[in-house]
Amino acid sequence: MLRRPSCLSPELPLPAETTRTYRMIHEHRLRFKTLFMVFLMVVCANIGDLLLKRGMTQIGAVHLSLEGLQHTLLATILNGTIWLAIFFLLGFTVCYMTAVSWADYSYVMPAGAFGYATQTLLAVLVLHEAVTLKRWIGVFIICFGVMLVGQTKPNTTNTQQAPS
Amino acid sequence: MIKVILMLAVLICCSTGGEIAMTYGMKRVGELKDFHPRSILRFLGRAIQSAWVWLAIPLMAASFYSLLILLSWAPISLVIPASAFNYVAGALGAKYLLKEDLTLKRWLGVTLVFLGVLLVVATG
Repeated sequence: MLRRPSCLSPELPLPAETTRTYRMIHEHRLRFKTLFMVFLMVVCANIGDLLLKRGMTQIGAVHLSLEGLQHTLLATILNGTIWLAIFFLLGFTVCYMTAVSWADYSYVMPAGAFGYATQTLLAVLVLHEAVTLKRWIGVFIICFGVMLVGQTKPNTTNTQQAPS
Repeated sequence: MIKVILMLAVLICCSTGGEIAMTYGMKRVGELKDFHPRSILRFLGRAIQSAWVWLAIPLMAASFYSLLILLSWAPISLVIPASAFNYVAGALGAKYLLKEDLTLKRWLGVTLVFLGVLLVVATG
């Protein structure tokens, strides 16, 4: 949050130009920290999902019987990879809670879809999977949509105001 | 088919409702001022005292379980693209419940994200 310079009397209104500049700086900072938090959300969610998949592969297929479910529950509690996955997914939740504490939900939610793009990139770079043209087009459209949303004002509900 | 449509409605309502309740709760909790560990702990402490956050958690859990139920009832090629409607429902919820100002640019962005997600999951 930006503060009024101490050399200015609190009774005096700030000049319009200064107020505009303050608002612009405030908006830039808000946008930067929100997009940084969304980036952390995406990283935590992707790593968490990957670890969850690895952990569940280590445990094996779940059998839908009382005995099977008991065995799976015990195996998940004793599996270190699953705990690491839970740690990253908790990190995702905390980042999400932090981001929506200062930015609009309609700003954070679509920006989080950037995860689909990073998932596709990870699939190509790490897992050496073949990705279809249709999927690349989808990723491009998501990135374009996220870019458009990213250019809008991060907070429109005026819960945090720049100094006026 | 009717039970699949009903469960899809439950999924979208719980998922969007949970996220909107979480956003509303976090807005009331107040923003995180700095990233000092003590500030983060204090922030999380305030968050867990919010009734809205506690309303959001079971709604999000219900959306997760309704997704699992749907996956056991209907093909993934139907369930996952349908769940992409969350983006549209979320934008509507943000506008009418959270009173956010959705400009044309943001609507366009949300629509493109929705279409892109549809394409990505359709090829997944």
